[in-house]
Amino acid sequence: MSVTTHTLSVLVANEPGVLARIAGLFSRRAFNIESLAVGPTEDPCLSRMTIVVSAEHKPIEQVTKQLHKLIHVVRIVELPHDNSVERELGLFKVAAPAGKRAEILEIAEIFKAQIVDVDTTTLVVESTGTPEQIASLGQLLVPYGILETARTGRVALGRGGKILRSPNPHPVPLEDLSRDYASDHHPAEPIPTRR
Amino acid sequence: MKVTGAQSLVRSLECAGVEVVFGIPGGAILPAYDPLLDSSIRHILMRHEQGAGHAAEGYAHVTGRPGVCMATSGPGATNLVTPIADAFMDSIPLVAITGQVPRAAMGGDAFQEADIIGITMPITKHSIKVMDPDAIPTAVAEAFHIASTGRPGPVLVDLPKDVLASDTTFAWPSSIELPGYRPHTKPNHRQIAAAAELIRRAERPVFYVGGGVVKGRAARELRALVEAVGAPVVTTLMARGAFPDDHDLNLGMPGMHGGYAAVTAMQRSDLLIALGVRFDDRVTGDLASFALGAQIIHADIDPAEIGKNRAADVPIVGDAKAVIAALASSVGADASITPALYEPWRAEVARWHTDYPFAYDQDPDGPIKPQHVVSRFDDALAGEGIVVTGVGQHQMWASQFMRFNRPNSWASSGGLGTMGFAVPAALGAKVGRPQERVVAIDGDGCFQMTAQELATASIEKIPFVVAILNNSHLGMVRQWQELFYDKRYSQVYLPQEVPDYVALAEAYGGVGLRATSVDEVDAVIDKALGVDDRPCVVDFRVDEAEMCFPMVPAGASNDDIIVRPGVMPGAGEVEGSSPDHVVPEPYDEPEFVPSA
Repeated sequence: MSVTTHTLSVLVANEPGVLARIAGLFSRRAFNIESLAVGPTEDPCLSRMTIVVSAEHKPIEQVTKQLHKLIHVVRIVELPHDNSVERELGLFKVAAPAGKRAEILEIAEIFKAQIVDVDTTTLVVESTGTPEQIASLGQLLVPYGILETARTGRVALGRGGKILRSPNPHPVPLEDLSRDYASDHHPAEPIPTRR
Repeated sequence: MKVTGAQSLVRSLECAGVEVVFGIPGGAILPAYDPLLDSSIRHILMRHEQGAGHAAEGYAHVTGRPGVCMATSGPGATNLVTPIADAFMDSIPLVAITGQVPRAAMGGDAFQEADIIGITMPITKHSIKVMDPDAIPTAVAEAFHIASTGRPGPVLVDLPKDVLASDTTFAWPSSIELPGYRPHTKPNHRQIAAAAELIRRAERPVFYVGGGVVKGRAARELRALVEAVGAPVVTTLMARGAFPDDHDLNLGMPGMHGGYAAVTAMQRSDLLIALGVRFDDRVTGDLASFALGAQIIHADIDPAEIGKNRAADVPIVGDAKAVIAALASSVGADASITPALYEPWRAEVARWHTDYPFAYDQDPDGPIKPQHVVSRFDDALAGEGIVVTGVGQHQMWASQFMRFNRPNSWASSGGLGTMGFAVPAALGAKVGRPQERVVAIDGDGCFQMTAQELATASIEKIPFVVAILNNSHLGMVRQWQELFYDKRYSQVYLPQEVPDYVALAEAYGGVGLRATSVDEVDAVIDKALGVDDRPCVVDFRVDEAEMCFPMVPAGASNDDIIVRPGVMPGAGEVEGSSPDHVVPEPYDEPEFVPSA
C-alpha cells in the first residue's frame, strides 16, 4: 500500500445530495479519491462514508478542513492503517473449464473466498478482506482468465473502544438580524492623523 | 396557524428580520409574490436577476446583515450564479431564494427547469431544497443562520412551485440544530499568548488586515490593538475602512496595485499579524518570495484558510472580534510591549510612504486624469458616504486615492472580480443605508454590463451617483496589452460616444452629466452630489492612456514592484539616495506559477 493514502471515516447527514457535495468538493479542490463507500449507520439520521484519499501530509489537512466546511458533514476521523480494520469486497468472474475448476476452488479455499455462482464455463469468486488480500487473490486468478471484476470501495472502523458518533445536541438561538451591525463597531475616538 | 407554503415563506422572511428583497418574479416563484403584497417587506423589482444578486450584496456590505434576492426557476436562477459566486469569494452573507418546477416535474427537463442546487454547489456555503412545505420555516431560519454566522457566505433556498402552493402550518423556530455546523468563535488562550510572545520579540511587525475584520465587526477592537502595539497596518481591498486611512499607522492597500510602503513593509516585515485574510495571490504576488523573513500569526474563523497558502507559526481559529480583543488584552498585560519598541521600523516605513506615495500628474490643460476625478470625489465626500466600485483600473484608483475611515463604507468585488458590480451594488447600498450618500466609481466597460438597473433606481427613487471614468477602453486589459503584449490592443476599444451616457441616464429617468475638461470636474461633482431623488450618471471623459501604478505583474515577486513606468525601487537599494532602476520596455510578463 502506498504510504500516501489516507482512510477518512466521515459521518454525514442522511440527506439527498450529500454524495454530490462531497464528490464535487474533491473534484474542484483537486483532491484524489481512491475509493468511496457509503452506507447507513445505527443512527437513521447519519450515513458513514469511508473515503480513501491519496495525498501528502499537508493536503490531507486541507481535505479534512474543507470537508468540515460542508454543513452536512458532522464528524471526520482519519483511521490509521495500523490501528483500524479495513475491508473491501471483490467479485471475480473467472473462466473455469472443467479441467481447471478444482485448481480455482483450491485457490479460493486458501483465501477463504466463496464461490457464489457456477456455470458450465465460469465461476464467480467472492472475496472479502483487506485490499491487499483481494489484490493477491486477483493476481492468482489472472492465469485462468478473469472475465469480469467488481470491487467495492473500502470500509473501515477504528480498533478498540473509541467510537465516532454524532456530537450531543446543541441547539443555538437565532441571531437578531434586525440590529445595526455596521455602525456598532465604528471606533468613536478621534483619529491621530498625519494629514 | 394554517397558511400556504408561500405565506409561510414570507412570514419566515419577516421573522428572520428581512426588510428588503431584491428580485424578479416568474412562473415557479409566482406563489411567493402574492403574499409579498401583504407583507411589511419591501420588494424591489430589479431589471435583471444578476442586478438583484449584486444589490443584495451591496446591502449586505454596508449593513453587515444578510442581503436577500429572489428569482424564478431556470434562467432566473442561473442569472443569480454570478452574484452568488461573488458573495462566496468575498464572504458576503447572502440568501438567494429561487423557485423550482413542481416536485413531480423535477428531473424531467420541464419548462424553465435548471438544477440550481447542483449548479451552485461549488459556490454556495450551503443550499437547501425544500421538498416539504412544513420545512419552510426551518429552512429559512437555517439559511439566515448559516449565511450570517461563522465565515459568512451565500446560501440558496430552492422551493418547488407546488411546495409554495401547498397548505401547511407556520411556526418560527426559536433555535436551530445543525450538528455539522459549529463555527469555532472563541480563540484558544494559549495561541493568543503565543501570538503576544511573537509580537514582543518582533522588530518589524505589520498588521495584515482583511475583510474578516469588517465581517467580524471588529474595527473598534482592531483600533485598540493597533494603537497598543504601535505597528503599521495594511488594509486589503476587502478591508478598506476596517482601520482609518487617516490614521498615521495605516499604509493603505497592499498587493498588485497597492502602495509601495504597504507592499514593502510586508516584504521586509519579521512578523505579519494576519487578521481575517486569506493570503490571496493579489496580495502576496509570487508566494515563494512573499515576506520570506516574516513569521506569521494567522487568525481566521475559517480553519481551512490557515495554512492554505502560507504556513502559520501561530494559527488562531476564532471570530475576529474575540481574537482581536483577546490579543489586545494579552498585549496590554505585557508591559514590555510598547509602541516605543517599533519606533525605528515606523520611521523606515514612513519614509517609504513619503518617498513613494500614490501619485499622478494632472496637466490643467490636458485630458482629465481618472485619479483626479477620484481624488476630487474624495475631497467632496470628506470621509463621509459610501463608495462602491466595479472591477478594473477605476476600482484600484478608488481604493488608492479615496480615504476610508469607517468600516462598511466601501463595497467592491474582490475575489471574483465581477465587472458590472457597481450600479446594482450601489443601489443595494443606498437601500441599506438611505441616510448616507452613495457614490459608485465605475468604468465604462463595467457600467454597460448592468446599467439597466438605473431604471430600477429611478422608479424606486433610490438616488446614488455613478461616476463613469470613461476612458473608452476595457482599461485594465488595455494596460496589460500595453505592458505585456507589445501594445497590440485586441478587443478593448469601447467608443467614448457610444452609448451617449448622458442621454442614456436621462432615458432611464435619471440625471446625466458630463465633464470633458479639468476645469469642469469640481462643478459637475457638486451638481451630481446635489441630486437626491434619482440616480445621477456622470460621464467623465478621462485620459485613455493612463495606467494604474504601482504594479506587481501577475506571478512576479512583490520585491519587483514597479511604482511608475521605469521605476522599480526594489531592484536597487531601497534607501532614498539610490538611483531608480530602469525597467526595459516592454516588460516581459513572468510566467504565472500557481501555488501548490
